[in-house]
Amino acid sequence: MTTLAPVSGRRRTVDRVSRGLTLALTVVAVLPLIFIIYYLIKEGIGAWSGDFFTTDPTGRFLGDPGGIKSAIVGTILMVALASAIAIPFGIGVALYLVEYGKGGRFANLVRYFVDVMTGVPSVVFGLFVYIVLVVTKIGGTFAGWKGSVALALLMLPVVTRTSEVVLNLVPDSLREAALALGAPRWRVVFRIVLPTALPGLVTGSLLAIARAAGETAPLLFTAAFVFGTQFDLSQRMNSLPLQIFNDVSQAQDRLVQRAWGAALTLVALVLLLSLAARLVQRRSRLA
Amino acid sequence: MEAGTLRARGGPAIGDRSSRSRALDPLLRWVLTGLAALILLLIGFFFVRLFIEAKPAFDKFGYIGFVFDNNWDVSKEIFGAWPLVVGTLITSAIALVIGVPVAIATALYISELCPRGARQPLTILIELLAAVPSVVYGLWGIIVLAPKLHGVEQWLSDTFSFLPLVGGPVSIPNCFVAGLIMAIMILPIVSAISREVMATVPAQDKEAALALGATRWEMIRIAVLPYSRSGISGAAMLGLGRAIGETIAVTIVIGNAPNVPDSIFSQGYTLAAVIANEFNEAASDPTHRAALIAAGLVLFVLTLIINAIARYYVNRASRGNKRTVPTGMAG
Repeated sequence: MTTLAPVSGRRRTVDRVSRGLTLALTVVAVLPLIFIIYYLIKEGIGAWSGDFFTTDPTGRFLGDPGGIKSAIVGTILMVALASAIAIPFGIGVALYLVEYGKGGRFANLVRYFVDVMTGVPSVVFGLFVYIVLVVTKIGGTFAGWKGSVALALLMLPVVTRTSEVVLNLVPDSLREAALALGAPRWRVVFRIVLPTALPGLVTGSLLAIARAAGETAPLLFTAAFVFGTQFDLSQRMNSLPLQIFNDVSQAQDRLVQRAWGAALTLVALVLLLSLAARLVQRRSRLA
Repeated sequence: MEAGTLRARGGPAIGDRSSRSRALDPLLRWVLTGLAALILLLIGFFFVRLFIEAKPAFDKFGYIGFVFDNNWDVSKEIFGAWPLVVGTLITSAIALVIGVPVAIATALYISELCPRGARQPLTILIELLAAVPSVVYGLWGIIVLAPKLHGVEQWLSDTFSFLPLVGGPVSIPNCFVAGLIMAIMILPIVSAISREVMATVPAQDKEAALALGATRWEMIRIAVLPYSRSGISGAAMLGLGRAIGETIAVTIVIGNAPNVPDSIFSQGYTLAAVIANEFNEAASDPTHRAALIAAGLVLFVLTLIINAIARYYVNRASRGNKRTVPTGMAG
């Protein structure tokens, strides 16, 4: 009869120290989030005065800098158009990959390039749209819809990858049951696969929208910048990220304060979208 | 209704076999295939257009010259991107050195050590870091973080001046702060992928280690880490790809000085930052514009290579024990 040797003191210490270290580093990882939210609220709430959301930036360096109305309108319009392009496109590609391409060579190539697109820096997408649409002066130089195209390119891989994962979760037995009843493939896709995967598709789309809403670099060269509120997507457009970027580079307290206010607005918007994405995900019957 | 026909509410029979219905099948197939092919075309077009537009800069300075010449002088129209390349490398290195260990520690803590109830909230908190827009990191970095860190950085700079690239005066916008911000920004993705990879470690391996009397940490060291090493390397590479391409936050906090930095605490510039920062003045100057697009192309190629390597590692790590992917419909 042998007895188990007790764990030696040294090993116990190493265990405790290492586990403590991982905990400490996890706390360190979360700290920036807490600090950022703290400062956003502390500095940003002050800027949220009565006419902050209802006036346009005045463009004055000194004196009343104005609000962020044009930035909010621009962000919403451009992101909406970008979503209208990227979400159907992305879900379509995902449908191809899951329903038709499967593990084929072409599908794998497409999948690989979608991954590649995920890694392309957003500034490069901006440059690309600048070269193709702005330099060539298609419908004027800078325009809101060109910003939307750049954002759509950015959203496309996110939508495709998340949709692919969800579509893969739709049980084959559902598809087979419908096919066995004599349904054509397109009907299986639209009546069985898409409705089953809907909550997941919405989640992926919302995450892509949240990502696009916060992007600055692609808009810099495509939608440019303007002070006034613009509802016409063929004109230059302001946006929240660009407004923040412009204000933060000014050594002027009131402009920096507007940057905090705009940043708080933007983060609130993005966090709401992310939260909505999580709630929808929770309602999903898949996974 | 005939017997044996299944009808959805109000719609035609599911098994409708009219010629119109049959014609839609190949149509859907070709539309979806077309969309998929469009992605490939888009990326090909992307690359070719960037290359054509960047060509004047490469013609003038040479491919090697553009990347390795240490002279970025807008007023003299000389564009050698070496200071930007060095700035990109230094800041990304700082981001990796700080960000990756923290990310791995969080992944280990969340997937192996923390109480079950804390798992979900911690995961969400880490993911929220990824939801904060780049420009907000920049704003926070330059207004709050950089001034607050100045004293600490000066102390680090004086104490560790024997190391290369450390020492001398500390400027308020600098490469170190840029790297630190990047570290925060890459943390969520590195952590998420590491966690995914750690989740594929077979339970038998872990249980075997524990059954042999290993402590929790020894179990991590002998079962979890070796098994997920390749995946974690891939995650770090993906983080590197993100860091290299990070633009706006870096533009705001790095100082945008087109010189090879003397130390990590002096101002610098990166390939991505130069594009965002000099774009406006370059719009009217073809050579300058071509140089910026060339910088974008270098960035593009760099991230392509890094991501390709990263994908290889991550896929190798999760192959075999990944969730079984349904094969889709037959035929």
